[in-house]
Amino acid sequence: MRILIVDDFSTMRRIIKNLLRDLGFTNTDEADDGNTALPMLRSGKYDFLVTDWNMPGMSGFDLLKAVRADENLKNLPVLMVTAEAKRDQIVAAAQAGVNGYVVKPFTAAVLKEKIEKIFERIQ
Amino acid sequence: MSDNERIQQGLDQEVTAKLAQQTSELADSVNAGDYVRAMTLINELSEVRDQSLYREVGRLTRSLHEAIRNFQIDPTSAEQKEVLSKMTDASDRLSYVVQMTGQAANRTMDLVEESMPMAHAMRDEAVALRDEWQRLRRREMEPAEFRELYGRIDTFFNSLSSDSDSLYQNLSEILIAQDFQDLTGQVIQKVTALVNEVEDNLLSLVVMAGNVDQLTGTVHQIEEKEESAEKGVGPQINADRREDVVSGQDDVDDLLSSLGF
Repeated sequence: MRILIVDDFSTMRRIIKNLLRDLGFTNTDEADDGNTALPMLRSGKYDFLVTDWNMPGMSGFDLLKAVRADENLKNLPVLMVTAEAKRDQIVAAAQAGVNGYVVKPFTAAVLKEKIEKIFERIQ
Repeated sequence: MSDNERIQQGLDQEVTAKLAQQTSELADSVNAGDYVRAMTLINELSEVRDQSLYREVGRLTRSLHEAIRNFQIDPTSAEQKEVLSKMTDASDRLSYVVQMTGQAANRTMDLVEESMPMAHAMRDEAVALRDEWQRLRRREMEPAEFRELYGRIDTFFNSLSSDSDSLYQNLSEILIAQDFQDLTGQVIQKVTALVNEVEDNLLSLVVMAGNVDQLTGTVHQIEEKEESAEKGVGPQINADRREDVVSGQDDVDDLLSSLGF
């Protein structure tokens, strides 16, 4: 299971990376915005994408749309972990095809629950 | 504010008196059929208008300078050259906050990442020893195995005391790493005070600009700029008091399940 973590703050990437490792996912890579993430997703074989929303360059929402529009990536499970908390945004993310939405600040238990739920549905 | 007050705002009494006098003279000359005099009066009227406008603009320009000086962004004065500007200072201060919080977060995570394997190893060895110990109590252990357990317990106690010392040390360093809160708190309070000051000065600028608009009869078409929800707007403050914002993960889950998630 190879996971890409996208967030513009290195501390947040590190927190998510640690939490994922505790859940048994040790094969993770990091990117700091959509523009860096998209080529990585296209060239590497990733099984899961965890992304922030608000980032300079390409936002997580645009990244989500780009992933869904890409023939090879459109089925990639995407979990959004973000401080964006407007109802409209959550609805928009759902419509754009997000698989899970975790609002910051979050707990390890919430992240675990959402990830398990996503994998449950895929299997 | 009554209509009358609103119209007179920003005009000198001298000007309004002259306007009143000349309009009545104008009405008289039109009534009397003296159009030459009437045209002269109209010219004089517009001159009064222009002059009062110039005077007003001059006054506003001086106030504007005053207001800008209140922002303390005048690098020509010797004092200000040193500080250059409170604004640059404020953004420096905020960068300092970002830097301090970033350092603290990284330091804390370094220590946590160092401590976690230690805690894991302690637990693993404790579990293994407990199982062995129970075998011993159930008298299921050979003498050779017991001798091995004997040595293993010895090693465990030694590493337990040194590892728990390291853990304690790491925890107290994590505690100390939170000292940024005090420093960043002070810095943010200072910047907040500056923002309030700037807000007050901006408000008086807006009032002045409003006076100029009133005098000149300028109407602005200002398009309302909305934050781009697509780009992301960042964390919501006072989320619990807003209808359009979720107040936490439970709210998100409810919303998503209402959408069939």
